[in-house]
Amino acid sequence: MNTNKLDLNNCANCPVHNVGNLKKLGINMSDYDYVIALAGNPNTGKSTVFNNLTGLKQHTGNWPGKTVTRAEGGFEFNDSRFKIVDLPGTYSLLSSSTDEEVARDFILFGQPDVTVIVADATRLERNLNLVLQVLEITDRAILCLNLMDEARRNKIDIDVRTLSKDLGIPVIPTEARQNIGMQELLNSINEVASGKFICKPYRMKGKSKELNSAVGKLSQKIKREYPNIPNSNWVALRLLEGDQSIIDAVRTGELGNIKEVKRGITKEELQEEEAV
Amino acid sequence: MIKQTEHNNEEILSLANNLRWDLGQNFHDQLMESIFANATTIAQRSVTTSKEKPLFSFDRALDRIVTSPVLGFPVMFIILAVVFWITVQGANIPSEFLASILINDIHPALKSFAGSIGTPLWLSGVLIDGAYLAMAWVVSVMLPPMAIFFPLFTLLEDFGYLPRVAFNMDNLYRRAGAHGKQALTMAMGFGCNAAGVVATRVIDSPRERLIAIITNNFSLCNGRWPTQILIATIFIGGVVPAQIAGLVSAAAVVGIAVLGIVFSLVVSFGLSKTMLKGEASTFSLELPPYRPPRILRTLYTSLIDRTIIVLWRAVVFAVPAGMVIWLVANISMGGESIAQIFINWVDPVAVIIGLNGVIILAYIIAIPANEIVIPTVLMLTVIVAGLTGVGSGSGVMFDAGSASATGTILTAGGWTLLTGINLMLFSLLHNPCSTTIYTIYKETKSVKWTLVSTFLPIVMGIVVCFFVTQIWRLFTGA
Repeated sequence: MNTNKLDLNNCANCPVHNVGNLKKLGINMSDYDYVIALAGNPNTGKSTVFNNLTGLKQHTGNWPGKTVTRAEGGFEFNDSRFKIVDLPGTYSLLSSSTDEEVARDFILFGQPDVTVIVADATRLERNLNLVLQVLEITDRAILCLNLMDEARRNKIDIDVRTLSKDLGIPVIPTEARQNIGMQELLNSINEVASGKFICKPYRMKGKSKELNSAVGKLSQKIKREYPNIPNSNWVALRLLEGDQSIIDAVRTGELGNIKEVKRGITKEELQEEEAV
Repeated sequence: MIKQTEHNNEEILSLANNLRWDLGQNFHDQLMESIFANATTIAQRSVTTSKEKPLFSFDRALDRIVTSPVLGFPVMFIILAVVFWITVQGANIPSEFLASILINDIHPALKSFAGSIGTPLWLSGVLIDGAYLAMAWVVSVMLPPMAIFFPLFTLLEDFGYLPRVAFNMDNLYRRAGAHGKQALTMAMGFGCNAAGVVATRVIDSPRERLIAIITNNFSLCNGRWPTQILIATIFIGGVVPAQIAGLVSAAAVVGIAVLGIVFSLVVSFGLSKTMLKGEASTFSLELPPYRPPRILRTLYTSLIDRTIIVLWRAVVFAVPAGMVIWLVANISMGGESIAQIFINWVDPVAVIIGLNGVIILAYIIAIPANEIVIPTVLMLTVIVAGLTGVGSGSGVMFDAGSASATGTILTAGGWTLLTGINLMLFSLLHNPCSTTIYTIYKETKSVKWTLVSTFLPIVMGIVVCFFVTQIWRLFTGA
């Protein structure tokens, strides 16, 4: 039963294990090197992971929909300063309620350096729907497979290495409530953010030829008009689906500066960020 | 920065339109299907579930009871009643202890110190008899019940019970024309209405979101639980034999909380049939697994997050309120204090709705924060009843740390069981606190809906208290 328990004490001598290198900054952080987004289905423990990493005490609760706005915090690890953004839980990036839009817009336009997707290990298949959608938008992602203790209790066994190979991103099993697996997660965040680990994210199969070519055509056109915007494929897909908020953003030309609008940051911060 | 011309943007959109036309209607569904199919393939490769079914699934067995159509509601009431019963029983002794230190020992010491350094009477009055005593009062009355109630409530939340409450309530809200998720925001409002109002963001439809915002005030919040618990202990618990007093007062508080839920349903129904017409939209609510609550961590966070923050807020508002109380009680016009004049003026109206001038004045002084209503009521009662030997002069809050002492003062001030019941009702049904009103404005960006949310409950409170009083008097002949 305890064979696959994530026992950290065994690897205290391993370079991965650098407890001393984590400095929790809470919200007192003026500038940062990397931005981390924390996404995932509702009630998978995003806020618990967030609190573990930042030392903040965001109220956590065992119910879906607890976080409706973004919470931000920071930490320092291996001499890099990370800003971490806790997003509201969402089942998909394809719908349009306010809380889901917050998550979607941030991943889409906020261009986080790493998106950590927190998934419920006991409901992996359903959680993967969101993972796959995130991987369509961003290359740099980590799957934090949380609630491993519950999976164990429910006699669910997950082959983490196969999963990681299939998805092409790091998969870190954790038990955030017990603060287990956080070191590995931190290390992985650091590696992906600094480019030491290059993700080769899984791309969805089985999209029709027609769809692919339509997305390609539209995406090219979008890129010509808005060379700065990331994920033009995703924007193209949303336009094809008739997503009203994206259509409006194109019509008003807001798409070009949506990044700074949605993040609500000041000009100075933007310049600072560009300097980094 | 590249300047975008409208022409090019329209070109993108028209291309999108043409392509969409070519793709046909159902490509969104196809896309979703392919996501699901991909997820299934990946999951199958890495997940193995043990063949042997667990003999007994704790989660499912428990859910069968707490979300059962028959037992769901009774179980909910019993759990709430137990929580209040523990709170009522446990809070009295530490309250008395705190009051004896803060009010009996420290207050006279401060007074004699102020006297010895020659502080003018009005200054020591405002600072020590007003500000300090208001603060001491809030701490001794509110801290013990909160320190017991919040951890218990947080344990329930951490365990995963709140979504079950929402699950039970969902059907009722849908029938009232509101969104089922309103049950969740309502549960959130039991902690703090301002938080509950923010939580309504989970509701997609603006119509249903407005209903949820307007009715959130009917969830008793942190600031009002202590009032309910204290008044129930004194007046409801006081009329039954001592052995069952705790149980009966807990049941009374549950009754008020349930009444709040009933009001939120009725008002939701009314709104969805009048000002905010429309059909309820569907949604799916996921019941999270039960998780063993982390007791120590819960105790810690609920003390830091809730108890201390709520207490601090109460103290911050109590200090200026204490000064105001002292001033209105001590500044006289034509031989009577301002407080006295106001109370005499509104008393005839207040009595019609079964309250009294003191309560109305206390509510006005306490608009910034519901938490300080009870201390204000008690202090003003002393002035009106002209009780001597309790306080050391008008505008001084006195030792009434224990519920029985508080009861003595209130009874001397002419309070009856009816006054107590009406105060509990009025505390449920009145305007939201200033923080919540501000949050409502921020969330709705509408003066109209902010005003509706503010005045609707207060009008309802007056109407309900009026009818309760008239019917009561009809039957008792009082």
